[in-house]
Formats: sequence, structure tokens, C-alpha cells
Amino acid sequence: MTLKLGVPSKGRLMEKTFDWFAQHGITLQRTGSDREYAGAVAGIEGVSLNLLSAGEIPRELAAGRIHMGVTGTDLVHEKLALWEQLVEPVEELGFGHADLIIAVPKAWIDVDTLDDLDAAAAAFRAAHGFRLRIATKYHRLVRNFLRDSGVADYALVDSQGATEGTVANETAEAIADITSSGETLRANHLKILCDGMVLRSQATLWRSRTAPMDERIRKTLKELEARLG
Amino acid sequence: MPTRSETLTRAASLRAMFEAQGAALVEPPILQPATTLLELYGEDMRARAYVTSDALRGEQMLRPDFTVPVVQMHMAEGADPARYTYSGEVFRRQEEDPDRANEYIQVGYEVFDRADPAAADAEVFALIAEALRGLPLRAVTGDIGVLMAAVEGLQTSARRRHALMRHIWRPRRFRALLDRFSGRTPMPPSRAALLAGQASSDAPLIGLRSRADIEERIAALHEDAATPPLSGREVEQIEALLEVREVMPHALSQLHDLAVDMPDIAPAVARVTAREAALRARGVDTDNLMFEASYGRSSMEYYDGFVFGFRAEARADLPTIASGGRYDALTRRLGQGREIPAVGGVMRPGLMLVLEGAP
Repeated sequence: MTLKLGVPSKGRLMEKTFDWFAQHGITLQRTGSDREYAGAVAGIEGVSLNLLSAGEIPRELAAGRIHMGVTGTDLVHEKLALWEQLVEPVEELGFGHADLIIAVPKAWIDVDTLDDLDAAAAAFRAAHGFRLRIATKYHRLVRNFLRDSGVADYALVDSQGATEGTVANETAEAIADITSSGETLRANHLKILCDGMVLRSQATLWRSRTAPMDERIRKTLKELEARLG
Repeated sequence: MPTRSETLTRAASLRAMFEAQGAALVEPPILQPATTLLELYGEDMRARAYVTSDALRGEQMLRPDFTVPVVQMHMAEGADPARYTYSGEVFRRQEEDPDRANEYIQVGYEVFDRADPAAADAEVFALIAEALRGLPLRAVTGDIGVLMAAVEGLQTSARRRHALMRHIWRPRRFRALLDRFSGRTPMPPSRAALLAGQASSDAPLIGLRSRADIEERIAALHEDAATPPLSGREVEQIEALLEVREVMPHALSQLHDLAVDMPDIAPAVARVTAREAALRARGVDTDNLMFEASYGRSSMEYYDGFVFGFRAEARADLPTIASGGRYDALTRRLGQGREIPAVGGVMRPGLMLVLEGAP
């Protein structure tokens, strides 16, 4: 048996993950044609590379089908209830920074805090007959955050992409989405609430707490953690 | 753990007890249209209930409780007075505690009766207490109506009273609002700038929240800034009320003392007094019955008067074994112009069997 390492299968996240491992003397690479999701590991014995969608890595870690994996904090917290019992963060990788934030139209000069959002939501519902809609794909994180902040009279609407455009399209009044530079928000005439930070996320190396391990994998894991730490 | 058939047998005998009181048996469907529950309780409902959907009927919810469908049914076709009983599965999402059941059997009893609310409260409580007799449980009662009356009576703007009312079921937020309205927390800088006329935006207005919506809120904020802070005395009175936590006779004397300074709560306190007498008349030992003024504030939002719960004394790990309360306002919201005083309660036969089986 080998230690299975799950890594995002494409894009910048994959490249940066490869770079990060390379800095620690471990070479990850894709093999075969550039369309084939197969990979190889050099520089350490007993590790096999599983190229996966970043969004599926939390599930694979939780199910114990991979021993380690690289994915964002946001995805682990959103997809795994009681994530602390299923996975353990090993290292923050220092890239893939993204903050999950609540944003509203910049023209709402009366709304700057969650307290304002709650009051605006109450008035909006009274005036328009339905709850103020917040577009997001991070339902669980946002709902828990708003509940803990005491915001009521809102409804989450699902948005799997182009979330910043939902307000102008009048399918939502506010959004909760990840942002790194805030440029897309500005371009879409949105602003972040001053206390609207739901979660700070970055690419993180996780260890599964549920994956079965034999003596050999345990040894490999120890060596890998020593090299990466 | 009791088996499913043992639990169902117990459920049937509890239901029979309610039927013997003249309750009609009702069986609401397991799949409920999600819109009603979401409209009533908002997004938080999704964290508590399972939502599923199909392309024809849209979102459906696996019945998270019986009260809402029973009220809907009664308001649509029932003649009052009426008493109903039911038993069956309810489904609750559990994302924080894997030891909590996400599907369990509930047996309930609901009374729709205009004649004598105190007697109806006592009837529901006493019947459930009787069914639970012998189990190592501790009952707690409360009354959301007293706190609501105290908020209604605050010497401040209607807007502030309304904001506090809206958050009665969110104790932390309620506390934060009290602090702000009494001037204990400073105004956020962005609010101060807005009130000073220094907030502006050159961004185009997008979305459905209109210029008029924004201007109305700014006007409301100006009005609020001009409203004098809630007096320290009034805040202390609310705090004193929320701290009432005593056996019934002591709690009542504390409530009567508080009503001297807060005359607006007097009618609600009179209802607690009448209920105590009705409970006593039903044989409930009210001398040892707990009353907590803040009880029920973090449960379902529909209770607006009497609330009660029975918990296992030595098993803090178990959820509430039985609970209930009065929900007059819910009948108003679901009654499309009609309303009726209503009170009810539920029991969990599975947990009763767990307690009986425990050494």
C-alpha cells in the first residue's frame, strides 16, 4: 500500500501545489498526455499522486480514500460538518488566499455592518413582501455565520458561478462569495461589509483522520511530515 | 436502545390516552411544502430540517414537527373547540452532534379552545406530566408573553420596541440591541458619518432595494439618533425579569414585585397567576414547579405565551423528553384573517423507554 496524496487536478492551484512540494524536495508531476489525470511522485518513496477536483478532496479525505490532500479551508469547512473529527490541517501553503465575505451594493450608503444588514433585511421584507436574498454557494458557512451574528429575514439563493452579477440581474440583493483582491466586487459595484468576513481561506495540506494505514504508510507519513514541516 | 416496534407501541398507548380525552386523531403527510415553513422561520429552518425537491412541486420538507401542519389543517377546516392528537416520525438535521437522532417518533396533543386559556394550558401540561409520571424528569415552565409585554411597555420609540420584539428569540442579539438603545455601546463610525451627512457613493444603484428603501432607512436612523437612550432603570428591569428563575410561588411573588415598576406586564403576570391556579386544580405540585422567565427563548419561534419542557435530571446528554407551549400568534399567521388561542405539547416515547430501561 502507498500513501495516497490528493492534489487539485488543474490550473494555478495544481501548479502552485507542485511548486510548494518541489521546494521541499518532492517532485509531483503529471504523466501521460496533458489530458490524462495521472501523476507521479519522485523524491520520496511510497507516495502515490491522486489528481482530483479541489471540490472533491474534502469528501475523499473524510471518507478515508486518500491519506493527505490539498484544498482550501473554505471547501473543508463548507462540505464537512464536524470537520475537526475527520481531517487535520498539516500545513498552510501560503497561496490560494481567498476570503469568504458578505457584500452589498456600494450604493447602499446606509449599510456597512451586519447590524445594518439585519435592519435593512427587516425593512426590505416589509416593503417587498419577500426576504432579502443573498446569493452564495457556501450555504452552510454563511447560514451559520448569519445566525451567530443575529441576522434574520434573509434567504439564501444558490449561485454556483458569476455570483457578483446576481445583484445587477436582480436575482439577489446581496452576495456571499470568495474574493482575493476584491476587484470583481468593485467592478460589479459591490462593497464588503466591515464585519462581513465569514472565513479566511488558503490552500492547506490536510491529513485524513479516517484513512486506514498500515505500518509502511505510517512511516511514509512521518517522513513526509518531517520533510514538509 | 428500544426497538422501533417498542417505541411505536408506547406511542400508540400515549395517543390512546389523548384520544380518551376526546382528541381527534390526525395524520399530516410526511412531506410538507417547504414554502410555509421557510416563510415562517426563514433560512434557519434549512439548518434544522431536511429539504428535498422535485421538478413539479418544488421544494418539500420532511416534516420537522407536527404543529404547523395541524394548525394549517385546523384553520382550513376545523371547527372549534377542537383537540387533536398525532404520532409519527419527525426529521431533524443534525450537523453538530452525531449523537442526536435525526429521525424520531413524536406523540402530541393540541388544544384549540377559546373558553379558558389558563385551563387549556393546565390541561396540556397535566396530561403530559401524568404520562411521564415515575420518570426521573424535571419540569420547567416559563412564559414568553411576560417578556413580550415588558418590551411592549418600554418608554422608547415603536421602532426600537419592534426591533427588540423581532429578536426576542435570539438572546444574544436582543442583548446587543438593549445595549445599543441604552447608549452602552458606541455608535459604529460608519453610522456616525452617515448621520453627519458624510456618506455618499458614486456607484450606480443596482438590485431591487430601491433609492426609496435606502432613504427610508436613513430617515429611520436619524429618528433613532434623536430618540433618547433607554433609561438604565428600564434595562435593569428587563434584566431582573430575565433572571427570574424560581419555584412557582417565589417566581410569582417576584413577578408581582416587578409588575409594580412595570405595570405593562401586569396582565401577562395575571395570566401566569391564573395558570398556576389551574395547574394546582389539576393536581400539579406547583410549590415545586420551576418557572424561568427566559425559558423557551432559543427554541422554535412560535411560542408566545406559556412554555414548558421536561428534561432528564441525571441525563444532561439527552434532549428534552417532552415540551410544548402556547402559540396564539401562529394561528393568526396561518389563519388568513382568523385566529384562535391554541396550546399543545409533544413527547418522545423512544426517550421515555431509554429512561425506563436505564439502571
